[in-house]
Amino acid sequence: MDIQVRHLSKTYGHQKAVDDISFDVHPGEILGFLGPNGAGKTTTMKMIAQYLAVETGDILIGGLSVKDQTLKSQIGYLPESNPLYHEMPVIDYLEYVAALQGLSKEKIKERVREMVKVCGLDVEKHKQISELSKGYKQRVGLAQAMIHDPAILILDEPTTGLDPNQIIEIRELIKNLGRHKTVLFSTHILPEVEATCDRILIINKGKIVADGTAGTLRQQAQGHEIHHIRIEDGATQEILSQVRALPSVQKVEVLDPGKNKFEIISKPNMPSNREVFQLCVQKHWVITELIPFETKLEDIFRDLTMN
Amino acid sequence: MDKILVIAKKEFGSFFDSLVAYILLVAFLGFSGFFTWIQGSDIFMRREADLDVFFSVARWTLFFFIPALTMKMLAEEKKTGTIEMLLTKDVTDREVVLGKFTGCLMLVGVALLFTLPYYISVAWLGKMDHGATLTGYLGLLLMSAAYIAIGLFASSITNNQIVAFLLALLIGIFFHLLFDFLAAGSSGWISDLFNTLSLSNHYDSISRGVLDTKDLIYFGSITAIGIFLAEYFISKR
Repeated sequence: MDIQVRHLSKTYGHQKAVDDISFDVHPGEILGFLGPNGAGKTTTMKMIAQYLAVETGDILIGGLSVKDQTLKSQIGYLPESNPLYHEMPVIDYLEYVAALQGLSKEKIKERVREMVKVCGLDVEKHKQISELSKGYKQRVGLAQAMIHDPAILILDEPTTGLDPNQIIEIRELIKNLGRHKTVLFSTHILPEVEATCDRILIINKGKIVADGTAGTLRQQAQGHEIHHIRIEDGATQEILSQVRALPSVQKVEVLDPGKNKFEIISKPNMPSNREVFQLCVQKHWVITELIPFETKLEDIFRDLTMN
Repeated sequence: MDKILVIAKKEFGSFFDSLVAYILLVAFLGFSGFFTWIQGSDIFMRREADLDVFFSVARWTLFFFIPALTMKMLAEEKKTGTIEMLLTKDVTDREVVLGKFTGCLMLVGVALLFTLPYYISVAWLGKMDHGATLTGYLGLLLMSAAYIAIGLFASSITNNQIVAFLLALLIGIFFHLLFDFLAAGSSGWISDLFNTLSLSNHYDSISRGVLDTKDLIYFGSITAIGIFLAEYFISKR
């Protein structure tokens, strides 16, 4: 089931929390939702989950507008702070949520059993939620979101406050789910997005500033290759001026003068390593290191969201 | 309807999980039992086979206890954020409010059921007006429904339970007492208006055994307005 967001806007007082954003999420796709705090991620997710009403623009779930009917039963939603009824035992809570989603009696038993298994809650299932550790609470949160086997999952920062092992477990869980469902999840942890998501959406001040895979974002943001190179048997100044003169090279910087280490940034869409190699052959310089350098997602994120 | 019952059952259950229910039952039965059977103008002193003392004590105990039951129902969910979880499930705002209303009314119903031994004992002791007793219970239920709706409204506009409790009491005291005083202190149509608004007037006429549609409409309207306002305030988000 698709999510189609069309020209969505939302204002709080004078502040535009979400400003005319449009994007699609398709089944079998995991979309990572990135952005600094207060960028409008949570507001957008709340509107898709139909907690907040759509002001202007529209959200279509499987082609139907949320303005015309409630489509809540299609959606599993894990709110940001993972609110739970702390005084309830895990099983009772899951049964309650399942009943709220309108599952039949037999189905409730079956789904609760399955969620306990999938989310690894078996040991803790009879405890009160308040007695659980943060990681287990998070699992209960995920279990309640998935209890009715929704086609769409909206997860607002599902891995905050978890230890690295738990993060990997939850990440694997989301990946597995993402094969059949439409998943939209937000996070601050950038490596997590690369590890989990098929597509990344970065929003800043209510607007979409980037949309694509991690690879295409790198290209869009940078467009040029970066190499770290070490050249022996040549004078630093001569190497610098000769390499600068190459048509495909945009910028050269000396990283370590004693070792003749340079950073070469090529012009957009013009690979420079062949030309550099030819030059070195011609001049009888020896290349002892040549390291292609990837722009980090962190840098892209900073580029797009700092102004 | 199913969803309302699901929510009602959960709320009813959580009263017992949090001991609120036990405290209410013990205190309610304790107070009303003490004044009905033991203290002051009790049944043996008045030598009349009716439950009038019980009804007037119950009226006051419920007046104080109901805000204590309703204060957390929406305010706490708003404070902890569970309302977001609840309202993104396949339920409407109205179902949530009605579910909570029903859960609370069920607890009051149970408290009243526990006073059946009073009724049986009195009926056994003397010749009793069964009709008036029955409408007395009905009056208590209708009054409770109205106060629960007021309490839910108070709980819906704040996320502080104490504020919700005090506000519910404040609104309640007008219906319970102050409209009566105001009616006595004024004349003409203003006095009539306050008389109409006073909950005690309507409650008294029902507990005397007179079932008037006017009274039913009165309790029904307060309940409906309270529920409607609660729904309105939680839908504003």
